[in-house]
Amino acid sequence: MIVGGGLVGAALCVALAQAGLEVVVIDRVDQRGQLDAGFDGRASAIAQAPKRMLSHLGIWEHLAEATPILDIRVADGASKLFLHYDHTEIGDAPLGYMVENRHMRSALFQALRPHPGVTYIAPAEITGVERAPEGARLTLSDGRTFNAPLVIGADGRQSYLRGQTDIALTRWSYKQTAIVCTIAHEKPHNNVAHEHFLPSGPFAILPISGNRSSIVWTERVGLVPDIMELDDAGFLDALGQRFGDFLGALSLAGPRWTYPLDLQFAHRCIDKRLALVGDAAHGMHPIAGQGLNLGLRDVAALAEVVIEAHRLGLDIGAAHILERYDRWRRFDAMLMLSLTDGINRLFSNDIAPVRLARDVGLALVNRSGPLKRFFMRHAMGEAGRLPKLLKGEPV
Amino acid sequence: MGAESTVSGAEIGHFDALARQWWDEDGDFKALHRINPVRIQYIRDQIQAHFGIEVGAPKPLKGLSILDIGCGGGLIAEPLARLGAEVIGIDASADAIGIARSHGAKLGIQYQNTAPEDLGGQRFDCVLSMEVIEHVEDTELFMEATAALIRPGGLFVGATLNRTLKSLALGKIAAEYVLGWVPPGTHDWRKFVRPSEFASLLRRAGLQVSDFTGISFRALEGDWTLSRDLGINYMLAAAKPGGE
Repeated sequence: MIVGGGLVGAALCVALAQAGLEVVVIDRVDQRGQLDAGFDGRASAIAQAPKRMLSHLGIWEHLAEATPILDIRVADGASKLFLHYDHTEIGDAPLGYMVENRHMRSALFQALRPHPGVTYIAPAEITGVERAPEGARLTLSDGRTFNAPLVIGADGRQSYLRGQTDIALTRWSYKQTAIVCTIAHEKPHNNVAHEHFLPSGPFAILPISGNRSSIVWTERVGLVPDIMELDDAGFLDALGQRFGDFLGALSLAGPRWTYPLDLQFAHRCIDKRLALVGDAAHGMHPIAGQGLNLGLRDVAALAEVVIEAHRLGLDIGAAHILERYDRWRRFDAMLMLSLTDGINRLFSNDIAPVRLARDVGLALVNRSGPLKRFFMRHAMGEAGRLPKLLKGEPV
Repeated sequence: MGAESTVSGAEIGHFDALARQWWDEDGDFKALHRINPVRIQYIRDQIQAHFGIEVGAPKPLKGLSILDIGCGGGLIAEPLARLGAEVIGIDASADAIGIARSHGAKLGIQYQNTAPEDLGGQRFDCVLSMEVIEHVEDTELFMEATAALIRPGGLFVGATLNRTLKSLALGKIAAEYVLGWVPPGTHDWRKFVRPSEFASLLRRAGLQVSDFTGISFRALEGDWTLSRDLGINYMLAAAKPGGE
């Protein structure tokens, strides 16, 4: 049973269903056919390893479009020192891909369609969850109940299932808000992603199809209402000051969105007959585009653990099975959380010595081949003991 | 039970007291739950190889009859039943059989409180004896009775602890008294069986040993894995000649 049919929950459902498990997905909203950019205007970076998994699972082939990122340029505010990641430094493959969430959602549901073992229930509200030694049971507001040996929480940052446990949660707000929008620009982006570290937070320009880019503009919370109240011309003007003029004239290509930013991590991602994946287990700063990638790495690890147990006829919700997942994921999740948190803290200020230190640091990372390759490989999802799906192999 | 018995009285009493806790993953059988996945993996893979079953089939053991001697609470019988096998589990402890019956009620496993020599006449595709032989009084008699229950062309899979200094230190003293993985008194190290002794028991019972595999604990990962080290826990497979 998976609660939450978002990108992470649906990907996990595909992986489990393909291995012959029966899966029930329960979601608050029916996300099938939600192609409207008004439903979710975000785009996500997909690193190489999760991309291999999505290809292996037959999801990637349904994607309407995916834009390769060939080059990432990181600049520190007005300073000229910048870090340059070029994909040719570690091989021919792109550094990652930009995919609009609405396209990913559509591809996931197309991949789910042929599986007879999948029951999709939405919209539905869960009113109760019981987790006993012999199994888990969910009750819906219409009185229906579902039993399974394992319930998986893919229900996001405000996870209902996590709330029903005593799993400790550490969270803090960044006092930053992400303004997200899609813009069209005069000149082609040439598949280059830009990240400008500004004092109020990182400003990212991420290439998507055509002469369009997805903008993630991190701003101090207090300034955001004023920016959002600007009319389109005023908003574009404020955006242009941060964006620069290197891609020519800019225009808005969709609505603007805001997302408050916080960090949170669950101290365990398992409990009795329960496993948490994606944002339900860990929400992070979008600074390195790692949120969905981390969620997809959860999917690969949990799918491998559960499928192997299923093939041995074992109880897939037994504690000693779930502990394997928890052990496997904990290090990776903590590393990404602390990296993204650290980078954001380091760059979201304008104190002179800190500026100098990080400029020198960036320059050093840029010159040190091994260190830079380590960061690149990790951002591409290649580090650590990889689950088979991330290598594009069957479980 | 007949005059000649393979069952040891003192040994059964020890397990009866613990039977309730068979399925408590954090109870006295915690170590057994942790080691179980690699055992099932070994049993499944040996059966698949022996009977030429396609790897990755959804119910790989469908149509096979399996006898699990010393089934305890059903930790091995249940997964094998889920993989499609028709499983009979027997154990000398009535409590364990009671626990196994109530826990696995839906899986169609037959549990009997009996000993192998009392099953006379029945034949199975595969007979398992996982961590039993080191609790048995007369190993020769036990192995003979066990082998008689395997059909010609069938398979035997066994597991036990080796009698080495390493197993005395780790399998007995560390596991029972230091780490508390199994309750003190679970094992009598003097009854542990060396691979050469197990092999010769099997040969005398008319079986041909086809594989020895060790089980090792990886401290860093905190889990168990199949290995070549037979020094503490090991498993073996043996074929009964004949059949089609």
